[in-house]
Amino acid sequence: MFNLLWLVPALPFTGFIILALLGKKLGKKLSAVVGVGSVGLSAFITIIIGIAFLSSPHLENYFVITLWEWFNAAGFNPSISFHLDSLSLVFIFVITFVGFLIHLYSAEFMYDDEGYSRFFAYMNLFVGSMLTLVLADNLLLLYLGWEGVGLCSYLLIGFWYKEPGNVSAAHKAFIVTRIGDTAMAIGLFLLLISFNTLNIQSILSLAPQQWELGSSTAVAAAFLLLGGALGKSAQLPLQTWLPDAMAGPSPVSALIHAATMVTAGVYLIARTNVLFTLAPLVLNIVAVIGAVTLLIAGFSALTQYDIKRVLAYSTISQIGYMFLALGVGAWSAAIFHFMIHAFFKALLFLAAGAVILAVHHEHNMFKMGGLRKELPVTFITFLIGAASLAALPLVTAGFYSKDAILWFAFSSSTNGSLVLWAAGLIGAFVTAIYTFRMLFITFYGDLRTQVSHRPGVLIKLPLIILAVFSLLGGFIELPHTLGNVTIFSDFINQTLPAVEINEGLNELLLQIIAAVLALTGIFIAYSLYLKKPVPTAEEYKHNALQKYLYSGWGFDWLYDKLFIKPFVTLSKINKNDFFDWIYTAIAWFNALMNHILLGSQNGKLRWYAMGIAAGAVLTLSIIIFL
Amino acid sequence: MNIPAETALLLSGILFFIGLIGLLVRRNIIFMLMSIEIMLNAAGLAFIVSGSKWIQPDGQVMFLFILAVAAAEVSVGLALIIRVFNRFKTLDADELSSLKG
Amino acid sequence: MNIAFYISAVIAIASTIMVITRTNAVHALLYLIVSLLAVAVVFFTLGAPFIAALEVIVYAGAIMVLFIFVVMMLNLGEKSEESERKLLSGKIWIGPGILSLILLMEFIYLLANGVPERLQENVIPPSEVSITLFTKYVLGVELAAMLLMAGVIGAYHIGRKRKKVIHRFIAEEEKLKEKEEVNEYTR
Repeated sequence: MFNLLWLVPALPFTGFIILALLGKKLGKKLSAVVGVGSVGLSAFITIIIGIAFLSSPHLENYFVITLWEWFNAAGFNPSISFHLDSLSLVFIFVITFVGFLIHLYSAEFMYDDEGYSRFFAYMNLFVGSMLTLVLADNLLLLYLGWEGVGLCSYLLIGFWYKEPGNVSAAHKAFIVTRIGDTAMAIGLFLLLISFNTLNIQSILSLAPQQWELGSSTAVAAAFLLLGGALGKSAQLPLQTWLPDAMAGPSPVSALIHAATMVTAGVYLIARTNVLFTLAPLVLNIVAVIGAVTLLIAGFSALTQYDIKRVLAYSTISQIGYMFLALGVGAWSAAIFHFMIHAFFKALLFLAAGAVILAVHHEHNMFKMGGLRKELPVTFITFLIGAASLAALPLVTAGFYSKDAILWFAFSSSTNGSLVLWAAGLIGAFVTAIYTFRMLFITFYGDLRTQVSHRPGVLIKLPLIILAVFSLLGGFIELPHTLGNVTIFSDFINQTLPAVEINEGLNELLLQIIAAVLALTGIFIAYSLYLKKPVPTAEEYKHNALQKYLYSGWGFDWLYDKLFIKPFVTLSKINKNDFFDWIYTAIAWFNALMNHILLGSQNGKLRWYAMGIAAGAVLTLSIIIFL
Repeated sequence: MNIPAETALLLSGILFFIGLIGLLVRRNIIFMLMSIEIMLNAAGLAFIVSGSKWIQPDGQVMFLFILAVAAAEVSVGLALIIRVFNRFKTLDADELSSLKG
Repeated sequence: MNIAFYISAVIAIASTIMVITRTNAVHALLYLIVSLLAVAVVFFTLGAPFIAALEVIVYAGAIMVLFIFVVMMLNLGEKSEESERKLLSGKIWIGPGILSLILLMEFIYLLANGVPERLQENVIPPSEVSITLFTKYVLGVELAAMLLMAGVIGAYHIGRKRKKVIHRFIAEEEKLKEKEEVNEYTR
């Protein structure tokens, strides 16, 4: 059964090739069948493999299938091989399952678009690359998938390429993540030099033997890998690209920028956890970055008026939670939050997409309103997603995952502290406020825009399925105080180390504080945006603080001043390309010589006769006197 | 007759260089052609002198050939000058510089 | 005999200098004929009577006459004489003069470093010349003959009077224009 593992990434790649070559000829219905079907088949095979993996007793906790040797150069021979263990199983389940639902959704969502088959081709390529990334056995294949998802992100953000704004957003995403990718590549070089192999399992077993705890190579390697993770996952300082990436279609935002690609960084750190535990400084930095990012993004989301940008900042914030969990060594909590976040964030993006489609592609929330009567299914699913995001106590899956993180942020023996817990708590509070602000402004109040396109079954079905998972998904991992179900963490702890906590701390108290704060946040949003009338789009103006928060705490301005302006100035100075002058100097010199020698060819007979005579004088004098 | 060979050759040389000066100085094509004739004549004189020195008829034979060449060259050259005059209406050699550059 | 050589040498040099400094083409040609005659005398003193005769007949008698014919045919006139006078200013002699002088100096140097020899007095009769010409250099004779033929044909072809060729459409246009002009005049 496990031998079918290679089909999981191969099917979407095949779908991509078919659609890329024959897309125009196939027509819309057939393109949709190929596009959705390939991912659907992948999902089906994943479920079968998952069942087999969970039920069969195995000696080792993983399974490797090698397809072929990639190359062999100076003793370094990576191979195309896929590695299945509990971590990668969770990831491929999320990618294929949520991916399948999103593909189904986009079959209806993108139906009127003329680039229909191109869209599915890119989406299939993306799913294939992402699966390669998480199934890769060695870091080189992982990097291949890494680059592939970066490429597809660029292609899909700029999908409607005729708008220059979309193309700029795509460029920004690609360039900012490229900075991270370069750091990661240097990290890979460092690892290759140190261990002479990039096979992940080999590195993870060799590293503790070869590097001491806290040695500088370990810190350097971990730091560089962290750089790559920061780029892809849009954390500080490389978080500026994600809000602008909302220029792409809503299914793209759902799949790439909520559920899967942005979590590639989380996967990388979880996968190479041994390297990070060997460099405690870097692990500390991971936790701090996670905490700071979640606060920055949360506060920025309070002032947005584009519904997708709220969700974008929310994504940055939630991934900050995952990084926070990774930083305190709560590996399984991070992965659990990843899975639950994928469900409810994809749900929120898809529902937001349905809303945008219904109001003629209008993104401004203040121009919507009162949609809960018009779009009931969308409203209920959106509500469930929002509740899960805000971690509504006890009923939603988001509560359990976020609660686990907060508990470990406080109690973990690696880096757990009051400060980190307080940051996460404030973040949860702010999350509740902006989430329900978004809900109330969009769905309550007076109807400001007429609804034109009501969603069909292909849109509603994924929404409903994701909503169910957002509610019930949490029940596989319940904390001590509420039932102590540890199915998920046991599963993950087959591959990743378990978190160690300081004894004697009161978990119930922290849970009650978190629950109270979440409810308070919802109440504040209610009193600000439901009881009072919502301002119209023209009336809604930012004061100075709100402007600062709106711009993402001024990071774009900062990077513009720090990096872009000097670079452009230097380019302008070098406009005449000083280094090229060395080569043009040769041509210029030739032209000069030509000009000089041209003076001797003036077409006059006497001049040439003079030349002959002078030559005769010269030759004779050389013969006589030398 | 006891003429040193150098003197005769010197005469030939002087005539040649006068012809050279004439060629370089004059702008009229006809005068340039005349100067060429002077130079040819001077070269022929050098041949005769050397033939007389070595007491061989070869020098004179060479001069015959030079004469034939000069005749042919003059006739063709004058025909060309006539065409040039008809076309450009001037005999200034400096006007005929369209092969410039 | 030596006197004859030196006198005719001086005459040759003087008349050659006169050739290159005249403005009138015919005057220059006449001086050139004098120079050629003097050179013929020099040939005679050097013991080449046949060549002296040939010089007078062919060079001075045929080639220079050809020159004179062409110059008179061109009919240069007063204007060309004036322009020639203007062109022949003083400064123009400097460059070529220096060049030729240097060349002459080198020539004299070469001559002075040679072994001094005296020319004996001996005449090489025409019979010897013709024998050498038609046995040793018979190939050259044939080639010279071909060259002369080429010269004749070339000169004839180049110097021919050409008919002006106008394309017939343009000719018709010209005729129409002429008719219009005629009509205008007669109106």
